[in-house]
Amino acid sequence: MADEAPFQFLHNEVLQYIYKSAENGETDNGRNIAKLENMGFRVGQGLMERLTKDTARFKDELDIMKFVCKDFWTCVFKKQIDNLRTNHQGIYVLQDNKFRLLSQLSAGKQYLEQAPKYLAFTCGLVRGALSNLGVKSIVTAEVSVMPACVSDHKMIRKIFS
Amino acid sequence: MKRLCLQNKNSELFTLTYGALVTQLCKDYENDEEVNKQLDKMGYNIGVRLIEDFLARSSIGRCQDFRETADVIAKVAFKMYLGITPSVTNWSPAGDEFSLILENNPLVDFVELPDNHSTLVYSSLLCGVLRGALEMVQMAVDVRFAQDTLRGDSVTEIRMKFIKRIEENLPAGDE
Repeated sequence: MADEAPFQFLHNEVLQYIYKSAENGETDNGRNIAKLENMGFRVGQGLMERLTKDTARFKDELDIMKFVCKDFWTCVFKKQIDNLRTNHQGIYVLQDNKFRLLSQLSAGKQYLEQAPKYLAFTCGLVRGALSNLGVKSIVTAEVSVMPACVSDHKMIRKIFS
Repeated sequence: MKRLCLQNKNSELFTLTYGALVTQLCKDYENDEEVNKQLDKMGYNIGVRLIEDFLARSSIGRCQDFRETADVIAKVAFKMYLGITPSVTNWSPAGDEFSLILENNPLVDFVELPDNHSTLVYSSLLCGVLRGALEMVQMAVDVRFAQDTLRGDSVTEIRMKFIKRIEENLPAGDE
């Protein structure tokens, strides 16, 4: 059974590399985020392709989203999405209460500022996975930190199809 | 194409991400040597942190000698992180050098080197990881690929050589 540590360490190192190799300047943050997102996109496509090789076709969009929430998320993060909401008009919100890639960061203001870096690759992953199933989407993520008494990190993603 | 069950998929995530990284590095750097160096450096950064994770989770005590180190690397570390158990062979007479033979290398699943990257050592990250991890337990080692299935060899062979013991730095004033 493969371990999740290698990916987490590698993801962190990829992050450091992308940010270190960019020139200094505020304007580059967007480019770095885009680079990370694109890398995630290619990985997500490949992963979904192998994951669904022997699966029957999906009934509808909701069926696809459930697959992402259960099978795909488990494959990538060893757990399922905690909550899925939709407006039945193409917007889906996936909530992960203990997002693995953020668990290394401690709470605090600088943490919230850094969070987008840690979400970019995963957003691309999801966008790539959906793309492989023929779904065009925009994937964004946000983090809200619970009050101090609870240490959960919430991640909410909105998907516009 | 191999049939892959869900259990293997997490190593695919790593494999695919690694592939995306190598692709990015090949775009960023002019030549393969630079890419190899960068991969090695990144591996080193991972290794110095990975060792803590390993020691915390494996409850392995201090190794008595290099032979024990080799066994721990092959049978515990590789198994834990990559799900494979390389064999330990080709010991030098002095007992300071050995080979890890990997029948299959998870990093290179579905990877083919394009023609213009003949000097790329694709899995260079692994060398850095091993070097960095061992440095944290006071061992200076040299790690390199002696054989690589991506370059046409039948197996992947990692050669590890013990250089010296690193003295722990004590803060000034301690006995």
